[in-house]
Amino acid sequence: MDKNISFTLRVWRQRGPKEKGEFKQYFMEDIPGDTSFLEMLDILNEKLINRNEEPIVFDHDCREGICGMCSLYINGHPHGPATGATTCQIYMRRFQDGDVITVEPWRSAGFPVIRDLMVDRRAFDKIMAAGGYVSVNTGGVPDANAIPIPKAAADEAMDAAACIGCGACVAACKNGSAMLFVSAKVSQLALLPQGKVEAKRRVKAMLAKMDELGFGACTNTRACEAECPKCVSISNIARLNRQFIGAKLSD
Amino acid sequence: MWLFNSSVGKKVVMSITGLGLVLFLTFHMTMNCVALFSAEGYRFICEFLGANWYAIVGTIGLALLMVIHIAYATWLTLSNKKARGNERYAVTARPKGVEFASRNMFVLGLIVFLGLVLHLCNFWAKMQLVELRGGIPEDGVDLIRYTFSKWYFVLLYLIWFGAIWFHLTHGFWSAIQTIGMSNRKWFVRWKWIGYIFVTLLMLGFVGVVVTFFCYETFHWPFLASIFGGLA
Ligand code: HEM
Ligand code: SF4
Ligand code: FES
Repeated sequence: MDKNISFTLRVWRQRGPKEKGEFKQYFMEDIPGDTSFLEMLDILNEKLINRNEEPIVFDHDCREGICGMCSLYINGHPHGPATGATTCQIYMRRFQDGDVITVEPWRSAGFPVIRDLMVDRRAFDKIMAAGGYVSVNTGGVPDANAIPIPKAAADEAMDAAACIGCGACVAACKNGSAMLFVSAKVSQLALLPQGKVEAKRRVKAMLAKMDELGFGACTNTRACEAECPKCVSISNIARLNRQFIGAKLSD
Repeated sequence: MWLFNSSVGKKVVMSITGLGLVLFLTFHMTMNCVALFSAEGYRFICEFLGANWYAIVGTIGLALLMVIHIAYATWLTLSNKKARGNERYAVTARPKGVEFASRNMFVLGLIVFLGLVLHLCNFWAKMQLVELRGGIPEDGVDLIRYTFSKWYFVLLYLIWFGAIWFHLTHGFWSAIQTIGMSNRKWFVRWKWIGYIFVTLLMLGFVGVVVTFFCYETFHWPFLASIFGGLA
């Protein structure tokens, strides 16, 4: 059994996109170590509701690390202190009795705050809509070996496809760049025969959309890959650059 | 045009101009080292790169590389700041794998630029510029001996070399990543190649400055014999 801990939460509260936000402190008492971070916030919200206060707004859905909705910046790290884990996969046993835990929303011009800890990540949907798909109808599931794909390419594509579109890469980036996300979404298709056909159009359209939406340019600082809950590698960014330059040169 | 209006295009310009400057530094370092072995040889290089048409074309090309690199650096840095937004995190942590240099490329670049201004005043303004105006340039070997007999110039140059080293330990692999010539395997290799190459490059510059400083300050006889014919 994990020990129970008591600690102080410093949470960013902001009523709307245009309102001024501020940190509010909440004292949490006797929280069991096997409570997940989001369950801990649920406990706090229940208390707030019982006290007739506004509960803290935060994004979440699957709570098992696959949907990409949860998005908290905890003690200086997107998705908190663990590597290769989303916020919903963080448990309170990672923290010490008496800690002060600071919780902030993603902060980047591309992701404006909607309320409290919830930010608007629709920019990612727009980038996907610009070209992150294969435009032919592929029909039913084909026979496994009908189209031979080298193991190395399949593995790389699979690693890129692990991206859950959470936006932690943007939240971590000093340039507010979405390159890790875009590179993962370009790579997961570009490496496979079904995606290769439209590769040039895709990479140009997605990158143009990313620029248009005001995300920054990559300076290879690598904060994104260190904070990505799915450990997406910046080698995908090299591939994105390579494909974009190639597409532009062949125009 | 994608080199002006796309984020990757702008970075490609940074990368190519940066790599051009690295190539120039490599030649520059090699020529400096000649001064360690032969004053005559060094004087020959100075004459060769005086006010001749090819040296002038080279100088203009180099100035262009520098101007474009700095202009794009400023442009990118400002637009990246804007993309980041005005709200700052209250708590920040530097994640594993993020180098100091990569977070401070612009500041390092500014130090590099200031060092460059000093360097141009120390040497270029007294050599090629004088010759271009029809005067007689100062002797290259004498200029080296004079400049690096002053401890404050030595100190400033060493700080300058340190800034270039930091700028390039990140800049080298970053430039290659930017033009897409990297992957999981080569990332590690390029990083090693970059660190080793840039360290040797900067040691070459440091070596010349320190050797001349010791020679002028302590008059160690064994140094005079390396230089041959200096004294
Ligand atoms: C000896 C002179 C210089 C050399 C050899 C040099 C070299 C480089 C290289 C190779 C890169 C990597 C390009 C890339 O990431 O794609 C770079 C990036 C950069 N340089 Fe320079 N540079 C020099 C001077 C300067 C100066 C004077 C400034 C600014 C005042 C500057 C600012 C920058 C900035 C902001 C970057 C972008 C960093 C990044 O995107 O990672 N550099 N430089
Ligand atoms: S690349 Fe990683 S950090 Fe970025 S959106 Fe995808 S999963 Fe999240
Ligand atoms: S809530 Fe779905 S990934 Fe965290």
